Amino acid sequence: MSAPLLVAEGLHRSFGETAALVDAALRIDEGEVVAVLGSSGSGKSTLLHCLAGIVRPDRGRVVFDGQDLVTMSDARRSALRREAFGFVFQFGQLVPELTCLENVALPLRLARVPRREAEQRAGQWLERLEVTDVAGKRPGEVSGGQGQRVAVARALVTRPRVIFADEPTGALDSLNGERVMRLLTEAARDSGAAVVLVTHEARVAAYSDREIVVRDGRTRNLEVAA
Amino acid sequence: MSIGQTFLGLLEATPRHGYDIKRRYDEHFGHSRPVAYGQVYATLSRLLRGGLVEVEAVEPGEGPDRKRYAITEAGVADVAQWLARPEQPEPYLQSILYTKVVLALLTGREAAELLDVQRAEHLRLMRELTRRKRGGDLAEQLICDHALFHLEADLRWLELTTARLDDLAARVRA
Amino acid sequence: MTGRGALADLAMGARMAVTGGREGWTRALLTAVGVGIGVAMLLLATAVPGALDARQARGDARDDLRFGEQVAAGPGTLLVHALDAEFRGRPVRGRLLRPEGPAAPVPPGLTALPAPGEVVVSPALRRLLDSPDGPLFAPRLGGARVTGTIADEGLAGPNELAYYQGDDRLSDTSGATRLDRFGGGLPGEGLGPVLMLLVAVIFVVLLLPIAVFLGSAVRYGGERRDRRLAALRLVGADTTMVRRIAAGEAAAGALLGVVVGIGFLLAGRQLVPLVTLYDISVYADDIQPPTALLLAVVLAVPALAVLVAMLALRAVVVEPLGVARRSTPVRRRLWWRLLLPAVGLAMLLPVAGLREGDGGVTRWVVPAGAVLLLIGTVTVLPWLTDLLVRRLRGGPVSWQLAVRRVQLDSATSARLVNGIAVAVAGTIGLQMLFAGIAGDFTTASGQDTSRAQVQVQFLNQPDLARVLRQLGGADGVTAATGTLISVATIGSPDGPPVEIRVGDCAALAEFARLDRCADGDTFLASDPNDPTVIPADAMLVVRDNSRWRLPTAARAAQARPDPAGWMQNGVLLTPAAAATRTLGPLHSTVYLKLDPAKPDAVEHVRNAVAAIDLATPVSVLSSTIESPRFADIRRGLAIGTVVTLLLIATSMLVGTLEQLRERRRLLAMLVAVGTRRSTLGWSVLWQTALPVGVGLVLAVGFGLGLGAALLRMVQAPVTVAWPVVGFAVGLGALAVLAISGLSLPLLWRLTRADGLRTE
Repeated sequence: MSAPLLVAEGLHRSFGETAALVDAALRIDEGEVVAVLGSSGSGKSTLLHCLAGIVRPDRGRVVFDGQDLVTMSDARRSALRREAFGFVFQFGQLVPELTCLENVALPLRLARVPRREAEQRAGQWLERLEVTDVAGKRPGEVSGGQGQRVAVARALVTRPRVIFADEPTGALDSLNGERVMRLLTEAARDSGAAVVLVTHEARVAAYSDREIVVRDGRTRNLEVAA
Repeated sequence: MSIGQTFLGLLEATPRHGYDIKRRYDEHFGHSRPVAYGQVYATLSRLLRGGLVEVEAVEPGEGPDRKRYAITEAGVADVAQWLARPEQPEPYLQSILYTKVVLALLTGREAAELLDVQRAEHLRLMRELTRRKRGGDLAEQLICDHALFHLEADLRWLELTTARLDDLAARVRA
Repeated sequence: MTGRGALADLAMGARMAVTGGREGWTRALLTAVGVGIGVAMLLLATAVPGALDARQARGDARDDLRFGEQVAAGPGTLLVHALDAEFRGRPVRGRLLRPEGPAAPVPPGLTALPAPGEVVVSPALRRLLDSPDGPLFAPRLGGARVTGTIADEGLAGPNELAYYQGDDRLSDTSGATRLDRFGGGLPGEGLGPVLMLLVAVIFVVLLLPIAVFLGSAVRYGGERRDRRLAALRLVGADTTMVRRIAAGEAAAGALLGVVVGIGFLLAGRQLVPLVTLYDISVYADDIQPPTALLLAVVLAVPALAVLVAMLALRAVVVEPLGVARRSTPVRRRLWWRLLLPAVGLAMLLPVAGLREGDGGVTRWVVPAGAVLLLIGTVTVLPWLTDLLVRRLRGGPVSWQLAVRRVQLDSATSARLVNGIAVAVAGTIGLQMLFAGIAGDFTTASGQDTSRAQVQVQFLNQPDLARVLRQLGGADGVTAATGTLISVATIGSPDGPPVEIRVGDCAALAEFARLDRCADGDTFLASDPNDPTVIPADAMLVVRDNSRWRLPTAARAAQARPDPAGWMQNGVLLTPAAAATRTLGPLHSTVYLKLDPAKPDAVEHVRNAVAAIDLATPVSVLSSTIESPRFADIRRGLAIGTVVTLLLIATSMLVGTLEQLRERRRLLAMLVAVGTRRSTLGWSVLWQTALPVGVGLVLAVGFGLGLGAALLRMVQAPVTVAWPVVGFAVGLGALAVLAISGLSLPLLWRLTRADGLRTE
């Protein structure tokens, strides 16, 4: 087995009195789609935030590509999120003032890519996600499904190694949800990105290669040996 | 529905008379359809033949209910194996899954684990269906979606049961 | 809909203003504090004239200056010697008193006249005497015993330094005034029409931004309020009800603000006595807004709030599922936006050449024109913001985020900076006027502070050598020269007067250019501008009627201005030349140079002078004289501008913080995807700087226009006062920096990843 892309071990994280993660662990390999399943409040979003270096766990290790995110400086982690990770959330992730094209170009611009080139590459991703027609519109003017596909385009535009998707279809009906999931997983597979998919919906999780269950902050590793 | 394993599970907690087994079975799983006496003794003699139970004591007197049955080691192993084996996902699984959960709780086994195993099995099938759906035409997609929605319903039930395991355990062990 | 239903709607709105959990309370509190500050400012402004009147009334009651009015000495008269000095730059009002009979008047604030050797002091002076600085002042009281305190009614303000001292050496020939009562003197110098207009315009300039500020304060939490109204529509409220509920909410918030404002005023009033502004301090009870104006403010502010709320609702459609901005945004038509300032300018321009005595129409035309011109900044600003920002593209991410935000809602941004634009435009206009006409009010005094910094004139002090020794020995005095002075007439006792000065060569050189000088010399100083001719062999009649002829050895010399700026013909005698003459009663003038490194030197001089003669004043020379009223107005305006900008900056800060809080999730998300916090910080800065920048551009334009119009009005040359523009722009830039800086902690806190947690 080759070295895993992202490994987490012994993660603990509390918010005040509430323990969100208790000794959570998981492993993600290059290019695989892993669903993180669990009910509301089970700690799955916190797990994702820890894996993505957004939240620092109280204890434990998160190693991405040989580097421990927990001990990394905030600036380094920001840079890592910018360059190696992509994010899709349930809603509210697009900057309302910017056009969809500018939103997709934003991570590139943050990585200091010149505006012209950034917007050109953003345009290609909008096409890949079948939302070319909304390029000039503001997020408030497009449908939920279109908005999510713009968000997926934005997550992929930097060609990240891992995409973190937190309930990406949570605000969509099943048809739009399926479309977003299909485009997300296909695009991720095409560009070789691993996907960490947090969801409570089985049909969404069915787009994954395997799943990890989080309950009361603990991960249950049920990888069938077979 | 595997009545044999269910009896074994009921016996695992403590040796029982045939009548007691029937009463317990009806209480937990019989609902509107109590098991017939004939079925009870037929099943018990089948288990006896298989060496999964043994007669622990024979009490003096007449009548069918003189024998007290106890589970053997082979019987315990059989129950464990049965509980751990996920069911083939198919519609209307609840009754058997429910039986398994209650038996696991009665015998002090990890019911949550059982549910997780079942969920994994369901998801495996759902993944396969999703893959088929991707490559298939509209008719194929619709058929797959039908199955997917049913499986999803099962999974929701699994989820809900998992969330209520503690309540269920308290009631079952009462 | 019945009246009862309407009332119920209003009450419901009122309840909503204060309920709604912690956020609701925060919002209500912000509104109340914002409106409260504005209300307090308004009330304070209405109370200022009253406070100054009260102060003036106390001043009039103790007035002891008499011009030409002769009072015969009697049992009911009092001799008063006024001694208006300073202590470390603070004015000290000193009075020496000597009753001439048992019924002599007692000044207000005193129960009895101080006996010789006794002094009654103001509370502020008593505090000074008790402080470590006391010994620096005490010698001026000539060792008098402090026997009492002047009561409030005898003082202009709580921080006034004043004393009444008994002195039995006073006589009406030594500069004392005889009084039979205090008060009843001439009224003080009133404000001329130009100054009246200026004061009116200043009030406009300061109060208009406060009105604008009030307008934005009653809209705190506007977006959340809109959402709440949408929720009400969902459960069945119709548009009329929603309007009424919004009106109730706005009015309740504003009323709360009025209460808070009155509270601020009452609390602030107690602080007023602690403050001395331009040597003016007033008592807490002096701050008393007139009832009519108080009522007007109490009613107008909620009315304004309701009006603003209604106007805001006009721009949106509250639908059950949310609030939509009107789909076709209000077209920014230029003509009416330009109409207001154009009319304002048209009103100001014809008033060219305002003279003393003008009144009537111009008295309101000018402030009205200024108001219109300034309101013009409010109307033109959104249009200009739109115009300038619409085409902006490119730039770094932080810039792009800010520009897009302003583009999307230029009206909100413009509203935030309206106040700043008005305040800055008004300030520039007025300060430009002041700078332009400063020459009219500031005159060169002609005093030469390089030659001497202090002048002391003694009456009847013939022993100049002792005086010079004593004053020269005071701490911080580096040089002392002095001359004795007598006044003679030429030819006969009724002839033209001429001054005779006696002093050593160095002292005399202050009055004439002496090519050479030795003791025994006599000089005839002549000033070509002085019409009095002193013939070379003039016969001088000295005051005691003895006469002597100018010696033929007297040399002509060109008179030069003395350090106090005076130049005249005169006879200058060296001591040896003076010894052989009779001179009559002698006064003396002493010039002192002080060590600039010792700021207290002049206080030591005052003490040394008091040791010689309590009643002798000390003059500090200064090269310019600024009309004190004018200086007060100008400094008042500067302070007012700073306070107003501070207020508006506060409201902008609140707006920015609120906006950040509303965008909490988005900000957390931006950080999650790896946005540098500095990028977000810069974006906040740009987002504030952009509208403020546009506002300042407009304000500078309008301010220069207003200034030019006002300057034309007083017939002064129109020059742009760049330092004033720099000051105003600097203040604006400072405000932007402060707002951005102060919103950073919240930004930092919001961008911690917890912001992503929605549950």
